Order: sequence, then structure tokens, then C-alpha cells
Amino acid sequence: MKVILQNLTKKFPSRDRKNRRDVIAVNDFNFEIPDGKLIGLLGPSGCGKSTTLNLISGLIKPTSGKIFFGNDDVTELPPEHRGIGLVFQNYALYPHLTVRQNITFPLENLKGKNKLSKAEMLGKAAEAAKLVQIDELMDRKPGELSGGQQQRVAIARALVKRPRVLLLDEPLSNLDARLRLQTREEIKRIQRETGITTIFVTHDQEEAMSISDMIVVMKDGVVQQIGKPQEVYDNPVNLFVAKFLGTPPVNVFEGCVRDGSLYIGKDAVLDVLESSKTDAAAGGAMNGKVSYETSATSKAGEISSGQVQEISNGQQQGSGNRHTKGSGRKIADGKVYAAIRPEGFRLQEEGPLCCELDGVEVMGRDISVVSRNRASLNPTIRSIIGTENMDRIFSMERKAAKKDGDEKADRKKWASGQEAVPEKRESDNIVRFDLIPRKVFLFDQETEKRIYFETGRQGG
Amino acid sequence: MKKKRNSGSLKAWLYLLPAILFLGVFMVYPLIDVFVYSFEEGYNSASQTYYGVGTYNYSYVLHDPYFLQAVKNTFLLVIITVPLSTGIALLISVGLYSVKPLRNLFQTIYFLPYVTNTLAVGLVFMILFKKTAYSDGFINLLISWFGGNSVDFIDGPYWAKMFVLCFYTIWVVMPFKILILTSALSSVNQEYYNAARVDGTSKFRIFRRITLPMISHMIFYLVITGFIGAFKAYSDAVALFGTDLNAAEMNTIVGYVYDMLYGDSGGYPSYASAAAIILFAIVLTITCINLLAGNKKVHY
Repeated sequence: MKVILQNLTKKFPSRDRKNRRDVIAVNDFNFEIPDGKLIGLLGPSGCGKSTTLNLISGLIKPTSGKIFFGNDDVTELPPEHRGIGLVFQNYALYPHLTVRQNITFPLENLKGKNKLSKAEMLGKAAEAAKLVQIDELMDRKPGELSGGQQQRVAIARALVKRPRVLLLDEPLSNLDARLRLQTREEIKRIQRETGITTIFVTHDQEEAMSISDMIVVMKDGVVQQIGKPQEVYDNPVNLFVAKFLGTPPVNVFEGCVRDGSLYIGKDAVLDVLESSKTDAAAGGAMNGKVSYETSATSKAGEISSGQVQEISNGQQQGSGNRHTKGSGRKIADGKVYAAIRPEGFRLQEEGPLCCELDGVEVMGRDISVVSRNRASLNPTIRSIIGTENMDRIFSMERKAAKKDGDEKADRKKWASGQEAVPEKRESDNIVRFDLIPRKVFLFDQETEKRIYFETGRQGG
Repeated sequence: MKKKRNSGSLKAWLYLLPAILFLGVFMVYPLIDVFVYSFEEGYNSASQTYYGVGTYNYSYVLHDPYFLQAVKNTFLLVIITVPLSTGIALLISVGLYSVKPLRNLFQTIYFLPYVTNTLAVGLVFMILFKKTAYSDGFINLLISWFGGNSVDFIDGPYWAKMFVLCFYTIWVVMPFKILILTSALSSVNQEYYNAARVDGTSKFRIFRRITLPMISHMIFYLVITGFIGAFKAYSDAVALFGTDLNAAEMNTIVGYVYDMLYGDSGGYPSYASAAAIILFAIVLTITCINLLAGNKKVHY
């Protein structure tokens, strides 16, 4: 069952007496959720993702806009007639009923011709329990189950009526880290086995990325980007999306484009040429497109003429690398944010980006280099490099540690009045990186919208 | 290790000492004392003498028609008022919980009787129900409007007096029950209702299968305290029928105990003790039965 959201908007009246403006929880949400897919609604807390889920479930009514399940307009339908299964964040299992009674509870409500006999109910309950692998726990009470088991019971209860759409509200937030990993695969498996269109809400980008067929990133009630997880990760449309996705998070630098080069601090780190790609071609022939014009605002002069970035509401086709052959022109000069994924750094003796080494963390599979740069908006820059650089980076770290010691000594001397204010020693604890262009995103400093570019150099 | 544990428990006992001391002096000792008196025949509290030990006190009390009347009254009162008041309180609380505007105002209004004095309320009830030479009273006025015959509820037939007593008792205990039940209702997590709604559960089924079990522990608490409270009823009857309850056939067990101690026929602490011990046994038995029955039905 596909689910279509049309201009969905929800406003809550303001509680604040001084500020009577309504709170817009969901603002003009347009999306067609394809049949049989697993969709992750993702965003920081308070971004309206749970409200969206509740709108789809029917527990709250939209202020405006429409919801379709397949071809049926369900906007006015109460939740019980929508054919949904809902798994609550705290599971909401009835504590006084056994697992079996909990699962059969929705079936007992059926009336008229849908009414089931006791045996049929138990059969269906057993089937649902088997699907989520809790058949041995049927006679227990929810209080006697672990968090993960309760979660499964809640899913079984939601599935037993064979809903058209399954909704999960923060399904993994109450589980510990290991169980979370296991359960999210479980959810994926159940979704695949049943083929039910499933929408789940999460604030954990890793969770959403790992199992969703498609993710919807939201902020302040506004959809930021919709797409396949890898695509959204590789091609964020604005700074927020870039920052929100990925662990460790993207490293944001203040930089500027001058004469076709991207400068971070004093270093020209990358040649940037205007990209002919405007994203508009991307294949979402979906109803309702959200389009943003970067040049519409005051910075019109700085961004090449007519460059329109468009977020398509549907799936964005093509692989992550969508830079087509460019026009060869330089990007207009201006201040930008340069966001660089941790894996976008390559350790190189003569690399253009020069940072101060802070430390090295070994993660087994790879090494994470922590460094600092004045232009960075994050306090530290975290870059992930392959273990083959192990020896090199560690010798650098040792030097850095020595220097750090020296600096401390300097400070001590200064504190005891022996010497003038110590100057930071610009010495040998410098790491130099080369950047992988497709891991570097530029954003306009005012609108925070993406500036697409190509590079003359061959990267990646 | 052992020494440490010892000193720890010593400390614990020290902390408990004030409570144990007070409870011992003012509760355990009197209880034992009453138990002892109930077996001492003809005990005189002034001279502290008695002339024999035995079960005569019990046999006297159990053969006393006034006591039997009091037991009958008390049991009737308990059986009628406890279920009725709890049921009505539940209905009112559910109603209160489902209205949104002015809920707090209604809650306050329903709670008002709790803070008024029972004797004052009893007086009002008496005026409402009493039939005098000059007027028939408000209730009788209503009855005659609907074409009924007027009844003297205060000095009239037994059923009428019992009715007034029950009515009054229910009215007096209701506010507390409503208060407890509304707070119990609002402590039920809204998510359960949402879950039930998504599954298309009817209102009545939600109430029966979700709300009731979820607040069952509070209902249970109210029933047990209601039983105990009703068994110990006395002031209510006094407020309506005056102090000579035996004459009005409206005495309760506690009233009988009081009369035996201080009433016109007073000065019989032995009989009073025996009656008190019988009451204690009855309340204990009923409460145990309640607890046993409750354990099967109540979900915590």
C-alpha cells in the first residue's frame, strides 16, 4: 500500500500567552511512499517526525493537507478504520494481559463479518508471534519480558491484523546498543517478509541509514531531503542534512571561494569549477516539489546566474556521484561553508590542508585522527584514515605529545613570571591532508544551501 | 563482617525505637488490655477489680438484643454503602475525567463535602428528611409532589431510617473516593488508550478491559478502607438519630461499645471490651477475605 502525503500541515495552538503564534509541527509535507518499502523519518527532537507519524496513524488530525493510502483518501478516517499497525515508543503493552492476550486484543475488536472464532484468533496470534520469534513467551506478562522481547510483542500486536501500513515510533530508543543492532535487522527482516509498507521514526541517523530503503530528513517541521540513505549521505542539499548524517559527523570549515579555488584559512585546498548539474534532472516525478533558489536572496551576484537547486521529493536517481561534465567556468567568489566527511581526508606530506595534530584514536578497522584548524567550526576535526598510515601518524603524534609537553612547560614558566606570554609553537606537529572532492560539500554561508561544484583535479 | 552487620541492625532498631515505643504504648498495649478485659467478668475500672475470668462477657453480648440489632444494622450499612458508593464514585470520576472544560471546578465541587463536618451535614440531612408537627420536610414534599405518601424518615419505619443512614453514609464517603479515583484515572498512561483506539476498541471495552484493570488497585484500596470505615460507623448515626440509638433501633457496633462504656446503660467495660473484640474479629475476617479475593483480580 503506497502512502501519499499531500501538503500535510499540522499547527498546534501556542500555549504561550505572550507569543500567540501557532507552533507549526509539520509544514507542507509532500511525499509519496512507495508500496512495500521501509521508510525512516529522521530528524533531531522536536522536528515534527513523530507528529507526522501520528498524522499518518490518524491519532491527530492535520490542519490542512491530505493523506492517501493507495487511492483512498483517509484524511478524515479515524485510526481504527485506516488499517494501520502502530508500535508505540514505550510499546504500550497492556501490563495486566499476557502476551497472547495482548496480541489477540486487536482481533477481539473485530465485529460483524470479520468476527473471528477463538481458534482463529489464537492461530493468527501464534502466526504473528512466530514471525517475531516470541512463540515461547505467550503466557508471560509484559512485565516479565526484557525490553527487546516487549518490542517484539508490540510489533506482533501491530502486525496481527495484517495492517496496510506499519508505523513504528522510535522503535529502538529503549533498547541497549547491542540489542538495538539486532532489533533493527529484525525489523528489516519482518518488513521484508511481510511486505508491509513501514514507516519508522528515529532521531538516530545511523539507525535510519542502516535499514531504510529511503530516508526523510526533517528539521523544524520542514522536510529537508528525501532519498536513498547513501544518496542523501553523498549529496546533502544543505548544511543541516550534511551535519545531521554521518558518524563521526562531518567537519565544517569556514572558507571562501576565490578565483576558482576553495580556501580554508590560508590554504587553497581544492579547485572548484561550476557544475552544470542543478539537481533538477534528478528523477522524482513526484507530486509537489520543494524547490529552493539559492540566488533568490541577496547573494544573487555571488552565485552563478540561474542556479537553482531543487530537492526532488521522490527517489533521486543515479549513484552518489552525479557530477556531470561541467561548463569549465569558475564558481563565483564568495564565502562558503566547506563540509568535509571524515573519510574525505587523505594523509599526504604535501597535502594542501594543514591542521594541528591533537591525537590519534585507534578503532581497529581504521584510525581516527583528531586535529585542529582555526577555520573549523567544530572544536576538533575528526578524520578517518586507513590503518596503512598507522606508523606515520603515530610518529607524528609522538612529536606532538612532546611539543605539548614543551608548551606546558612554557606556560608554567610564564605563570611563575619567568618568561613572557608563551607563543604557540608552530612546529612540527602539523598534519597535512589532501581532500577527496566528492566528500567535500560547499554551502552558501547565508542560505546554507548546497553549492555544487566540480573539480579540475582528479579526485577520489 | 559479622560485627559490622550487628552494629548496623542495632542502629536500625535505634531509628525504629520512637515509632515502636509509641505504637506499643498507644496501640499494642491497649489492644492486649481490651482483650484481657473482655475475659474479666464484671471489671470495674474505678476499683480495678473483677470477680471472675471466663467467656461470660461474650455470651452476654451475643445474647443482647441491642447488640444483635447493632450487628444487623452495621452489616446492612456495609453491604449497601460500600459497593454503591464505590460504584457511583467510579461513574462520577469517569464522567469527570471525560469532560475537559471546568474539570477542576467540578472536582472541587465534588470534593467540598469532604471538608465539611459530618455532624453539620447530618443536621442538614435530618432537616431534609424529618417530619415534624409543623412541616413534612423537603424530601416528603418531593414525594407528595410525585403522588407518594409521606414517610417519617427519622422517627418512622425501620427501612426508612436505614435508607437515610445509607444515603447519608454514601454521600459523606463519596468525595474521598472520587478524589482517589480521578487521580488513578489520570495516572493511566494515555498511550494505552491510543493503542486501543488504533485497534478499534469500543469505548465500553476500553473501560472494561483497560481502564478498570489499570485502576483496579485503587478500587481495591477503596473497597477495603470502605469496609473498615463502614464497620466502624457511629457518628453518622448519631448525627441523624441522636445519641439514644438503641431506642431508635439504629445503633451500630461501635455505638453499642460506646453505650456500654459511657451511655445511660454505661459502666460495663467488660461487655464493651467483648463487643470491641468481636468487631475486631469481624473486620479482620472480612479484610482477609477481601485480600484473598483481591489478589486474584487486582493488577498492580
